Amino acid sequence: MTSVSINPDTLSVLDRPNSYIGKTVPRPNLERLLQGRGLYVSDLELPRMAHVVFLRSPHAHAKILGIDATAARRLPGVIAVVSGQELAAVITPWVGVLSHLKGLKSAPQNAIAIDRVCWQGEAVAAIVASSRAAAEDAAEQVSVEYQELDAVTDMSTALDPATPVIHAALGDNLAFERNHDAGQVDHAFADSDEVIDADFIFGRHTGVTLEPRAVVADWNAAEARLTIYQGTQAPHMVQNIAALHLGLREAQVRVVCKDVGGSFGIKVHIYADEMATYALSKLLRRPVKFVADRVESFNTDIHARDHRCKGRIGVKRDGTIMAFEIDDLTGIGPYSMYPRTSAIEANQVVNLVGGPYLTKNYRARARVVFQNKNVMCQYRAVGHPIACSVTEGLVDLAAMKIGMDPVEIRRRNLIADDAYPCASPSGLRFEQLSHHASLDKLMKMMDYDALRAEQAALRKQNIHRGIGIASFIEVTNPSAAFYGVGGARISSQDGVAVRLDAQGSVICHTSITEQGQGSESLTAQIVGSVLGVSMDRVRVILGDTDNTPYGGGTWASRGAGIGGEAALQATKILRKNILDVAAVILQSTPAELDIANNSVVNAGDGAPRIELNELARIVYFRPDTLPPGVQPELMATRHFVPREYPFAFTNGVQASWLEVDTDTGFVRLLKHWVVEDCGTIINPQLVDEQIRGGVVQGLGAALLEKCIYDERGQLTNANMADYLVPMSGEMPDIDVGHVVSPARESELGAKGAGEAGTAGAAAAVTNAVNDALKPFGTIITEIPLTPQVILTALRRI
Amino acid sequence: MTAAVSISLEVNGERVEAHILPRLNLADFLREHLHLTGTHVGCEHGVCGACTVRVNGEIVRSCLMLAVQTHGGSVETIEGLSDSGEIADLQAAFRDRNALQCGYCTPGMLIAAQDLLQHNREPDREEIRAHLSGNYCRCTGYQAIIDAVENTARARIGRAP
Repeated sequence: MTSVSINPDTLSVLDRPNSYIGKTVPRPNLERLLQGRGLYVSDLELPRMAHVVFLRSPHAHAKILGIDATAARRLPGVIAVVSGQELAAVITPWVGVLSHLKGLKSAPQNAIAIDRVCWQGEAVAAIVASSRAAAEDAAEQVSVEYQELDAVTDMSTALDPATPVIHAALGDNLAFERNHDAGQVDHAFADSDEVIDADFIFGRHTGVTLEPRAVVADWNAAEARLTIYQGTQAPHMVQNIAALHLGLREAQVRVVCKDVGGSFGIKVHIYADEMATYALSKLLRRPVKFVADRVESFNTDIHARDHRCKGRIGVKRDGTIMAFEIDDLTGIGPYSMYPRTSAIEANQVVNLVGGPYLTKNYRARARVVFQNKNVMCQYRAVGHPIACSVTEGLVDLAAMKIGMDPVEIRRRNLIADDAYPCASPSGLRFEQLSHHASLDKLMKMMDYDALRAEQAALRKQNIHRGIGIASFIEVTNPSAAFYGVGGARISSQDGVAVRLDAQGSVICHTSITEQGQGSESLTAQIVGSVLGVSMDRVRVILGDTDNTPYGGGTWASRGAGIGGEAALQATKILRKNILDVAAVILQSTPAELDIANNSVVNAGDGAPRIELNELARIVYFRPDTLPPGVQPELMATRHFVPREYPFAFTNGVQASWLEVDTDTGFVRLLKHWVVEDCGTIINPQLVDEQIRGGVVQGLGAALLEKCIYDERGQLTNANMADYLVPMSGEMPDIDVGHVVSPARESELGAKGAGEAGTAGAAAAVTNAVNDALKPFGTIITEIPLTPQVILTALRRI
Repeated sequence: MTAAVSISLEVNGERVEAHILPRLNLADFLREHLHLTGTHVGCEHGVCGACTVRVNGEIVRSCLMLAVQTHGGSVETIEGLSDSGEIADLQAAFRDRNALQCGYCTPGMLIAAQDLLQHNREPDREEIRAHLSGNYCRCTGYQAIIDAVENTARARIGRAP
């Protein structure tokens, strides 16, 4: 159900004969993964490699009175048992703050806890042994004496004077607060015919990458170099941070990233145990491998979305939305994560609420508090699911109150497609969005009126089905505004180097990374199309700080829009350089020549003139036959970063069709639709699969996923049997459609697509459940929508 | 911890003799002792399906089976099924449909799907979804995988996908 309409006027160099742009082509190198021949960090073995296991705190908050590792050190195979104090000799602590998030504070965090643990799962000692099994055996023999301290677990009381302060030096448990007030909010509510309030609750959940976090750190004292093999989304960021805290120059650190078993933002951060692994390698002068097990993943991979958000909307009887107001509270664990900080999600919520709509009246407060739980930070679609669920939940409540169809109220309030460029009440600048075209397309795809009729008919048979709609905006292609301006050395630009090899094939190094999204494919498609060579002649290399250009990596839906544009610009230069030398060889002019199907051809009639492998042979092996002064450059490098707009916003709309069993509280997902506008589509299949995968992550949050802590800060479901994730049996088919508004800032015109699915899925499902339960007069504003939540709302339990 | 024991088995058609601790699970044996790293470890408690292999013709979670239990038996992994060409069409269908992203679940998913197609030549989408519901994929949202298995089933019974 995909339809693509690319406007050829916008595709200059890409709209060439045999272009791969806008075409579905299989990703290069999939065969490797299909045959089990990938190389994930967990597969890696090096000579003399040791394995580290971390002994982790069973308490949420405790003093460490003593660590006795005597028995453990005596066990066969044990190389070292290292405490936080001992490791501090080779690595310095860090503080996760950024200067543009005014007032954000955090405490120094150590690679391994020193004197005190602040969440259940924080490492207290490292046990290094010849095998992981030996290290685990030894870990059981390490005894730690703790003195338990009061744990701060409930974020709603974290700021109360009676609540202990986790880091005394900070004065209180408030990490960050942002207030925003735009337009005439009080007047707008006073002028509204109806004002509706609701409290939205979002369950803390996590990424559950199938390959856990994994790192092999190899300090070679003889070279004075550290090589880090890590499944990371941002190799240059890891290089910078590792060097900074180990007292090395960046040139002494190489980060290599091969295959990565899922990331979704989980692997864009730097974790204390990863820092400890780098440091252990330096301390022990040998390769050290850390692979988290599943329990560690649940206890230490960043969590996300633990928000409680009070929302208010004012509406006129004619459907005009007058104002939005929110008060958001989120608990981030004991430290702000490093180096991206844990204030970004709340900040995004403030930025994004009300974003699709016309009203300029918007007031928001967001508070971020510390607590003795695992750290929280950026996970796929950072802040978007919160903002979208609050906004779209309020819009539906307003529609319900005034008796208007949910589609109609959106039609009356979404920013018109011809009103751009414009800005949101929180100051976001939109270049070009397409809310109305997207909604129109969605209505057709789902046959809205027929579905409403079916719903009404089934209701008479006591079958309760619901339709939920959610419009959304998505932040993609971030400029330096995200991290760079706040002082983080996280690059917002990316670079691509392309070169013609001696047989006329192309080797391309890019600073974006691959975790399955299709970075290799989109790069090869762009290079092949712009240059005029077939994709099987293009080899893409990524994930190696010694070899690729410097850049940000793949996160925040930036790979295609930023890395793709760098590939396009680099390839244009290479093409020009090839045509320059071809003109010399052929005694022609560059303007009379073109490259197509791996050959230089006549621009006019397309007749082949010289194959690229022959041109390369002459350049590399018989330069003596070229005229004096001709020095061909068959390699070109270009970088790109967006400058005009801080972010390239995309937009879209999702719909959910589901059935609620009011006896059991179970929700059955019947169908899901997405219409999305990510600008130029490089590979429709890859875009659609990004959307589908993102939607299903959002559906997990909507119905299943929650990290359940008890009042003492113990995570009670840290395994995959008790923490539920979406499996194939309960997921629906998802139809995806597109509207195309290319970004004007780049020649490629691509915006990001990786997070749109996750942004709106939970909002669509929640609205659909409330639509299904309309006859019962109950409204639910809490996810996950477990049977318990639904039956409680129905007063059945 | 008890003493190491000797086992003898066939892995991907090759004879293997090994001296291992009884507590060693099959997944770790395949990955760490035989270096067959195509078998992936995701949860180590039998929920995610990433470590699915075939033992004596039946699919099992190699994290839940001890290596010593395969003594005298036959184990097939993704490397063996790839080299023999048994699932080449299924792998091609996965590639064409982009039914994998990070690829970490893929070996287990392919082996589970092949098991379905051996027992049910013409499964409908619900049956495919049900059979694969013990294999976790965080990337795709499953639809592409269901499509690829459905396309392979149709092709195998001689109908165009």
